[in-house]
Amino acid sequence: MKTAITSKNPGKDSLVEMRFGRAPYYVIIDSDTGTDTTIENPAASGAGGVGTKAVQLLLSHGVGTVITGQVGDNAARALEAAGVGVFEFREEGTVGQAYARHIEGNLPRIL
Amino acid sequence: MKIAVASGKGGTGKSTVAANLALALSRDHPVTLADCDVEEPNQHLFFPGDPQTEQVYSSVPEIDTEVCNYCGKCGEFCQYGALAVLKDRVLFFPELCHSCGGCMHICPLYAIDEKDRSIGTLSVSKPHHNLRLVWGTLNAGEVLSGKVIGAVKEETDGDSCVILDSAPGTSCPVVAALDGCDVCILVTESTPFGLHDLELAVSLAGILNIPSGVVINRSDGSDEQVRSFCREKEIPVLMTIPFDRGIAAKQGRGILFSAGDPEWQEKFRTLGLECMKLAEWSL
Repeated sequence: MKTAITSKNPGKDSLVEMRFGRAPYYVIIDSDTGTDTTIENPAASGAGGVGTKAVQLLLSHGVGTVITGQVGDNAARALEAAGVGVFEFREEGTVGQAYARHIEGNLPRIL
Repeated sequence: MKIAVASGKGGTGKSTVAANLALALSRDHPVTLADCDVEEPNQHLFFPGDPQTEQVYSSVPEIDTEVCNYCGKCGEFCQYGALAVLKDRVLFFPELCHSCGGCMHICPLYAIDEKDRSIGTLSVSKPHHNLRLVWGTLNAGEVLSGKVIGAVKEETDGDSCVILDSAPGTSCPVVAALDGCDVCILVTESTPFGLHDLELAVSLAGILNIPSGVVINRSDGSDEQVRSFCREKEIPVLMTIPFDRGIAAKQGRGILFSAGDPEWQEKFRTLGLECMKLAEWSL
């Protein structure tokens, strides 16, 4: 299972970005292999429709779960339709910390 | 003759100037007043009437689910994020669609057709025998104001004297309104914000190659900064409207302040003549 975490910078040690569609990076952690890869969000500073574009980007990378601060209406509709589970992390913390909290079952599911 | 009334800053008195100008010029000639501030049209408040209203449509994609194989090319192509292609369905977000038609062309299976979707309305009324009022109203939540403005302008095509009341600012809806006009009146006020945004509006008119003149509204008599800016840019100050309680009181009751005031009517007629001169200078 691949989990994408919205991130301010590449890698597990960077801080979690609160915004879903406008996150500059997504760190994708594969629970089967324990490896992480970072993808850049080319639409981060786009004028509009960034949320739905981000959903498609993550789906194309096989992501099944998302950890982020907040999700806009359009992105939420697309994530829900695609069956992607979304978990909320709204504190100051790194991608690695957020993922650990998720594995412990301590993040609320918002979608 | 197309006269646009614009301003950088909002609330400077564009609609007031456009309405009074239309009223003054329509005493002698047929005039069309086109309200291009489609997100907040208000000229029909000054000129109540019984309008004829029709829908304005934009084209949006319709996907044939029998043919679509969810390859995702349309979703990748759409720069506005209006299409999200999932494994077993395509989600369409109509309010994000800019009607570019690109998805239809990119689809390898020709599974996308276009259909009409209403995004606003076009209204036309005749407040008096020499005045035609045309206005557009963009539906709440829609983004394609340019499309509705285009419908308003198309409706006024061929009319001899058109006064276009633009949206404030210098963004796409203003460009859409100003494009193709012969002259532009820029309404400002003698505040630092007014001057700052006037500078932006003057640059826009310059880029669009439209000669412009300035109307200073709500003048408290100390307009030297605006005037010196206009001198520097060689833009004439066409009219100054004082900050006056009498004017505000009339305006607040929805009455045009030049109505029943021959002196102001004459001033607005002169403003129209000055606009004609400005337009000819550039021809």
